[in-house]
Amino acid sequence: MTGPGPAVAATVTDGIPLLEARGLTKHFPVRKTRLAPRGAVVHAVDDVCLVLPAAGVTAIVGESGSGKSTLAKLLARLIKPTSGQLLLDGDDVPARSRVRRRYARQVQLVLQDPFSSLNPVHDVRYHLTRPLKVHRLAGSASELDQSVAGLLERVALSPADQFTGKYPHELSGGQRQRVAIARALAVQPRILLADEPVSMLDVSIRLGVLNLLADLRVRDGLAILYVTHDIASARYLADVIAVMYAGQIVESGPAGSLTDQPSHPYTQLLLSAAPDPDRTQAQTLRGRGAPPNLVTPPTGCRFHPRCPHAMRVCAESAPTMTEVAAGHSSACWLHAPDLDPVQRGPLGRQNGTDRTGDRTPAAGRAAPEPGEET
Amino acid sequence: MTTARNSHRRPAPSGRAASAVSGPASRDQPLLEVTGLCVDYGFGQDAIHAVVEADLVLRRGEVLGLAGESGSGKSTLAYAITRLLRAPGVITGGQVLFHTPGTGDQDLPASAAAPWHTIDLLDAGPEQLRALRWNRIAVVLQSAMHALNPVLSVGAQLTDVLRAHRPEMDRAARLTRAGQLLELVGIPADRLGNYPHELSGGMRQRVMIAMALALEPQIVIMDEPTTALDVVTQREILEELMDLRDRLGFAILFITHDLSLLIEIADTIAVMYAGRIVETAGARQLYRAPRHPYSLGLLRSFPALHGPHQPMTGIGGSPPDMRQLPAGCVFHPRCPYAMDKCRVDTPQLLRLHATGRAVACWLQGTATTPPPELALPEPESSATTATRATTQAATPPEATTQATPAPGVGQQAAGIIPSQRSGS
Repeated sequence: MTGPGPAVAATVTDGIPLLEARGLTKHFPVRKTRLAPRGAVVHAVDDVCLVLPAAGVTAIVGESGSGKSTLAKLLARLIKPTSGQLLLDGDDVPARSRVRRRYARQVQLVLQDPFSSLNPVHDVRYHLTRPLKVHRLAGSASELDQSVAGLLERVALSPADQFTGKYPHELSGGQRQRVAIARALAVQPRILLADEPVSMLDVSIRLGVLNLLADLRVRDGLAILYVTHDIASARYLADVIAVMYAGQIVESGPAGSLTDQPSHPYTQLLLSAAPDPDRTQAQTLRGRGAPPNLVTPPTGCRFHPRCPHAMRVCAESAPTMTEVAAGHSSACWLHAPDLDPVQRGPLGRQNGTDRTGDRTPAAGRAAPEPGEET
Repeated sequence: MTTARNSHRRPAPSGRAASAVSGPASRDQPLLEVTGLCVDYGFGQDAIHAVVEADLVLRRGEVLGLAGESGSGKSTLAYAITRLLRAPGVITGGQVLFHTPGTGDQDLPASAAAPWHTIDLLDAGPEQLRALRWNRIAVVLQSAMHALNPVLSVGAQLTDVLRAHRPEMDRAARLTRAGQLLELVGIPADRLGNYPHELSGGMRQRVMIAMALALEPQIVIMDEPTTALDVVTQREILEELMDLRDRLGFAILFITHDLSLLIEIADTIAVMYAGRIVETAGARQLYRAPRHPYSLGLLRSFPALHGPHQPMTGIGGSPPDMRQLPAGCVFHPRCPYAMDKCRVDTPQLLRLHATGRAVACWLQGTATTPPPELALPEPESSATTATRATTQAATPPEATTQATPAPGVGQQAAGIIPSQRSGS
């Protein structure tokens, strides 16, 4: 149970990523109502491409309803994608359920709420041995004991024999989440999907769990997907951050570059809204309003109704990911080099004159001035 | 609601009987003074001491932040102040004084020109409480998302408040006022007919705030008002709230676990741990120069949005079981600086000289030299607050600048020192 050792930490993005999602899409059907005609769907996740490199932490950041948890469930194959591909070590993962168990040995999911993800009538030992039995990895009783002890050591619950007999209600929130992580590690997966692993925990113990995840990445070379709504903790833990809005990834890039120079207006909005004690003056929110209805998402860029920089083209067609710096790309028309002045024109609104003055992402990377290129 | 109180309640210091004080009310005028408040859950040996000797001062127009983890007693403290505590919660000691213009018995809007009266909320009878609640002290509860009645329209719930407390208003006037209230929090008045399920989470929270402001209270107690909301909505609501505070001049007791948020919006912050207030300071003071190891640990638990990437540690261990609190300082099992004394003796909340702040830690006593990270110099903007001292209940507003603690309470009753809103 010691893992492959610390040497793997160096080999990050080169070669084939451990897990790759290509054009992953999930549409949930909705019941027919007056507002939703027959065949209407919720566009929960639309055309998401993502790579999880070995020994790397990738963060998915977004508001509630942005589809980030659905994405984690898709990657764990708990739900079937509407379309799109999953590649494990470069090989396509077929949609058949027979290979589900083999897949689960490689990819494990840690859920948000350790108060409900552990079974209250079973002790810690049961939780940790169950996956081994399900995956037919269990040996003799003494081997099982050894595995349990090793797992508890790995998540820093020691001395292990004090915890094996405990029930979830005897553990604090942080300890429970550590048990949930240990359970995920039991089958020695190579990919850990953590869906808001610390948001239910007390502030003072969150960092302990985050540091544990960072540790697992370095020591065992785990590829980690960290799903969160807290962009500051994503910056702390992750190498790469992908920002999701209304079911799509709108910006992704190295954690530092993305938070210091956000290039998508939605990322800028998120950052301006995040609590920041270092802020010396009252900041202005870059955009208002609420996320759109995903049954009938807005045309073009899904952020355009809230975007302070919205142009005519934004309502007409959806922007594609454009690289704005090394490894940092953004799906925003502001970064498209070849727009004509008509496309850059004001959004067709009744009072369309009020938004035309300010069309550069002020705090972020400078976008090409209107008319400069073409 | 439980009103039972044990006999060992601390006697009120002399000169604190309800008395009228005339004169113009300044911004420093304390509205709410909590002294030595103790709340237990249960009786006798098995009682859980949820709040122990809490001292707070809330001033006019101030945002007082109460930070603490779950189970630290911050919500219990708020319920005790408003006397909304349910059994088996028992207030076992302390004093909660509410200063208000007018007698407080009248169900009328407060006018600043009226003489000030002091009401002991823990001694107030049901009629007096009924007149005070919502009228003078309003509450926005933790589960505000679910606090609205799902089978009544928003308008019905808003006018209900007015019907109960403003009998002179007729139906049309109530509806007009309800519409104004909605517009005050940024919701079009035509949403009055909507039911809660037709509103988004942020809008429901706004309706709760509108309802709290319906009678123009002097104090609004907000218990985790934005915790369930997304960051963008949270920020919008906080902006509106601060704007309303500036316009209407009410004071806010803001309870949250998110210290980083509190530092941005609060004037003064009290940090609670395991039922005790361990540090009170101006927001900037606390952020730049924390004095209690727990405050320092909390500040080190929030990853920064800027600057170089630094490994952070948070606080080791986990919050204590309130049924088996450690002896001595409740924080000592998790404290990296714990000394022998900390394991035996409980530190009291002591005012630090010349800094206008208070901390309950043996490291900050005269006998020890605190480690450098707990003895950082005070930030400059707080220099002016150093001269201001805690004012006691009956101190006339004119004399707020140089008051000395009342005899007998000087040691324990270090209240909260007002801070200036730094950076503004």
